[in-house]
Amino acid sequence: MSASVLFDAPGPRARVWTLVGNIVGALVVLAVAAWVLLQLDSKGQLEPGLWADAVSARTWQYYLIPGLINTLRAAAFAIVGSIAFGLVFGLGRLSHLAVVRRVSGTVVEFLRAVPVLLMMVFFYGLFGQLLPGAQDKAFLAVVVALILYNGSVIAELVRSGVGNLPRGQGEAGLAIGLTEGQTLRSIQLPQALVAMLPAMVSQVVVVLKDSALGQLIGYQELLRTGQIVYSGDGNPLQVLTVVAVVFILLNLLLTVVAHRLSRLLSSRTSGSTAAGPGIGNPTVVAGTPATGGTAPV
Amino acid sequence: MNDHLSGLGALLLQYDVLGAFWTNIQLTFWGALFALALGTLLALMRISPIVSLRWAGATYVSVFRNTPLTIIMTFMVMGVWTALQIQLADDFQNNFFRLAVVGLAVYHAAFVCEAIRSGVNTVPLGQAEAARAIGLSFLPAARLIILPQAFRGAIAPLGNTLIALLKNSTVAAAASVSWETSSTMKTMIEFNPNYLWEIFAVFAIGYVILVIPIGLLTTSLSRRLAVKR
Repeated sequence: MSASVLFDAPGPRARVWTLVGNIVGALVVLAVAAWVLLQLDSKGQLEPGLWADAVSARTWQYYLIPGLINTLRAAAFAIVGSIAFGLVFGLGRLSHLAVVRRVSGTVVEFLRAVPVLLMMVFFYGLFGQLLPGAQDKAFLAVVVALILYNGSVIAELVRSGVGNLPRGQGEAGLAIGLTEGQTLRSIQLPQALVAMLPAMVSQVVVVLKDSALGQLIGYQELLRTGQIVYSGDGNPLQVLTVVAVVFILLNLLLTVVAHRLSRLLSSRTSGSTAAGPGIGNPTVVAGTPATGGTAPV
Repeated sequence: MNDHLSGLGALLLQYDVLGAFWTNIQLTFWGALFALALGTLLALMRISPIVSLRWAGATYVSVFRNTPLTIIMTFMVMGVWTALQIQLADDFQNNFFRLAVVGLAVYHAAFVCEAIRSGVNTVPLGQAEAARAIGLSFLPAARLIILPQAFRGAIAPLGNTLIALLKNSTVAAAASVSWETSSTMKTMIEFNPNYLWEIFAVFAIGYVILVIPIGLLTTSLSRRLAVKR
């Protein structure tokens, strides 16, 4: 085993202890799993019929797949919108005009402090007034709320991406006679964007997860259609497990992509391409701790 | 205009806005307490040399970090309470509140675990080697050298997790905690659509007031306590 900061490379006696610990640990984990299964069984939740209903062709065809498509649709619109929003406000925070900097900073900090769910409820009410009779106001509310929150997180990524570049990059730009704006646009931003890409993919995970909040304002996304299934079939535990597994698989796939990208791009930029040790892990903006900084959990 | 303002005042008195915020603060407090305990346990598992525990911790983190909190909250009510008939209190309100706390805790424990682990990762290997070189064995080295530095490195990510937890406490709406802020705001907007902007402003500013001090505090703490390298 490679040496970690806490543990030295083990000798013969430590290796025996590790083996014993390993066996005991595995037994404890198995015991917990067995206990959970026993509990499920004693409440009749392992009935094959309940699970079969949750994964039947009918369930997928009429409920889960249309729901998944709506989830992906909202996430796709939201991520494109938040990248645009994030670029505008991220550059705004780096502007050499103090007014622009101050305004973008206030907008970003405000949007990062307000819970996404409150924004969704607000926009649902607002679109109800502005567009009476519109079919898609829940969809619009979900997308706009996700854009405002995740856009403000991406704005911080842009700012910290530029901030984390070696200082020599900006200095070199100024030395060859470019203005500050030109340096930002043609030297710093392109490198920062490449460096940010993995962290942005990680942010898609946050968007996907938060799109499930749309359920609370009646958007027909995956969780909502799952609820329709179990209110008919009476198998909430099973359907919710299936829905959760779909989300987990999608998000794990995105995480793998983010890590691959991070390795692939590290030679293309002088910035750090860390994928962010994870979704919602704030270390992606650790370079420039912002006041009132929030984790994109 | 004056009528409008006094109408808003009456509205704020009619609904228990402060009580709603107090509910979210309580959800956050208990959620943070349990998430910290569970998350620390998970972090210990993930940094231990025992492979089976490391694997169990890693699986927990990747499962709960990738599941939407809304599903976990819905599961607490529909899966744990309705399907498994596990009741955490005799009356409805307390039961839903406690189920929501458990939901918040199991979700955020995954993030607490990663925050603590990233704190341990900020300690350079040389520190451990130096500790061994001056003759410290495992426990003294961990207690005197490694963990103090690791905790200081974990403050900023833990603070961010706390802020996220406070904001995510609104998702308790999915666990039938209908007297918390997002549900209260929804009801207020439904019955008083002409005060839409004002109602949103009140709740949004409430969260800004709660979040900004936590952010400032953890940022300054993490800067003050950071180990200069």
